[in-house]
Amino acid sequence: MHDDLPRPPSGGSGRLLPPDAGRDRPLFLVAAILVFLACIAALGARGAWHQAQNWTTELESSLTIQIRPVDGRDTEADTQRAAEIARGMPGVQAATPRTREDALALLTPWLGEGNLPDDLPLPLMVDVELEPRAARDDRVAISDLQARLDAEGMAASVDDHSRWARAVRRAAGTAQTLGLSLLALLTGAAAAVIAFAARASLAARTDVIDALHLCGAEDRFIAGLFQRRFFMLGVKSGLVGALFAALVSIGVSFSQSPADMAFFLPRWAANPFELILLGAAPLLAGLTSALSARLAVASDLRGRW
Amino acid sequence: MTASPHSDPEPVVRFDNVGMRYGRGPEILRDLSFDLPRGSFQFLTGPSGAGKTSLLKLIYLAAKPSRGLISCFGRDVATLPRDELPDLRRRIGVVFQEFRLLNHLSVFDNVSLPLRVAGKKRSEYAEDVAELLAWVGLGDKMSALPPTLSGGEQQRVAIARAVVGQPEILIADEPTGNVDPEMGMRLLRLFAELNKLGTTIVIATHDLQLVRMVDAPVMTLANGHLHIRPPRSQRQREAELREAERRDADDRPTATVPMGPEPSAQDAADDLDDEDPMDAVARAMEMPDEDDTDDGEDRDA
Repeated sequence: MHDDLPRPPSGGSGRLLPPDAGRDRPLFLVAAILVFLACIAALGARGAWHQAQNWTTELESSLTIQIRPVDGRDTEADTQRAAEIARGMPGVQAATPRTREDALALLTPWLGEGNLPDDLPLPLMVDVELEPRAARDDRVAISDLQARLDAEGMAASVDDHSRWARAVRRAAGTAQTLGLSLLALLTGAAAAVIAFAARASLAARTDVIDALHLCGAEDRFIAGLFQRRFFMLGVKSGLVGALFAALVSIGVSFSQSPADMAFFLPRWAANPFELILLGAAPLLAGLTSALSARLAVASDLRGRW
Repeated sequence: MTASPHSDPEPVVRFDNVGMRYGRGPEILRDLSFDLPRGSFQFLTGPSGAGKTSLLKLIYLAAKPSRGLISCFGRDVATLPRDELPDLRRRIGVVFQEFRLLNHLSVFDNVSLPLRVAGKKRSEYAEDVAELLAWVGLGDKMSALPPTLSGGEQQRVAIARAVVGQPEILIADEPTGNVDPEMGMRLLRLFAELNKLGTTIVIATHDLQLVRMVDAPVMTLANGHLHIRPPRSQRQREAELREAERRDADDRPTATVPMGPEPSAQDAADDLDDEDPMDAVARAMEMPDEDDTDDGEDRDA
């Protein structure tokens, strides 16, 4: 028997923690759903921010001067004059006076064509385009412009769209906060689920844990087993969750009415942020899962002896 | 070689007035005081339910005493921080009565567990583990899963796992309970061999055949108390000594009491039950408060 010693079995060592299909599959499903929802929330928050950014930049990079018709003044001439004054202001890129025809065109959707008497006095507009940078904080220039127009005796008012922009920003901010809160809540829920599952699997495998302990395993060795296992679970469910989130996002952006009020929907933009977010999701899910499993197991083990 | 109270200055394990209870239950172990000297070999017997397994648990650091002092490798277990446990446990090999093998791991993986847990690489230990398995007659079952093995085979896996890390103390709970007498002998020889190499051995067993085969002290647990009977050779020596002293005393009636434990009527009984340690158990079981009736060499521990 001693002459020809049997060779040790080839291949690697067996996994110390046996896989547990009955528990792992539902857990995988729950984790994947949580990752999916978290990705949607993150994409939504990002989309809302992005959309609001576009809109407010557009709104804030322009002013509108409205010239009301007043008896004894030539409104058309006033628009020309107002445009001239505006062009002379610092930070103004262009000023375009709008004619009576333009004003009528704006009203057509509501009143129909040719329903207005020709002599009906209409307020006329001047579109003022601001230099991109100047837009944000040039409130002085706006009051300045207003003062200059007033000095000319025109019944003019300058609107910088700030009320609109504020409302849009507020809505976008709310959507963004909501998205991020959801993200935080989902991460918390995922961590709790994993901690719960790790504890359950620790309790279910006391035979393994006891055997390992009696063989002199350190707590961190055992915690490491669970950490690795739950890292892999997190990564796998993260991959699936992120993939589905990407599909939904692409689906939303190809569906009709892309510029609708549902601007908080995750719209696929294929920009680096989205790609990084979805690419990082499996890793983040893995890390969250590994960390909460490790902490749960370590705290459980500490309670012994 | 004696497991007598505190004779060794540096015992592997020392119990000092140890008592143990589970929860608020009655004390199942009471006033245990003994040493397991380094390199000693002893049996532990007693009726089932006497607390053998609990006593072993205390020794292999799976339980803490409810009172008294246990020191293991010179460390007081009561103040032992948890993170120092693994290191001590690696110096203790345990063979469980119910084996406690991991059913999802192969025989080879089960046996190499202590080495793996200690951070050794598979390439470092694969040969040794294979050799050990061949030695216990499982050379052709290395890839088998424990549930496919017979009880005796599982037992040998458990023993191989306990000794693979070359522990300083080996604790075996009924290690020959599931094997035929020939394999029992073989395992006993393995234990004796390890003992010669300096491993301290504690074997809990009901197998009196086994106990008779080794000239070793026998610790008997009954009603929570421990009796330690010195090895046969020592008792013979002491009996001869007493005989000589008696003859001396006959010659010189004024002689003082000799050193060592007081000779008593019990000694005679002890010598008679030389072949059967269970007599002590039976005696203890008949007399629940046997504390005062049993002295002499069967010291109350």
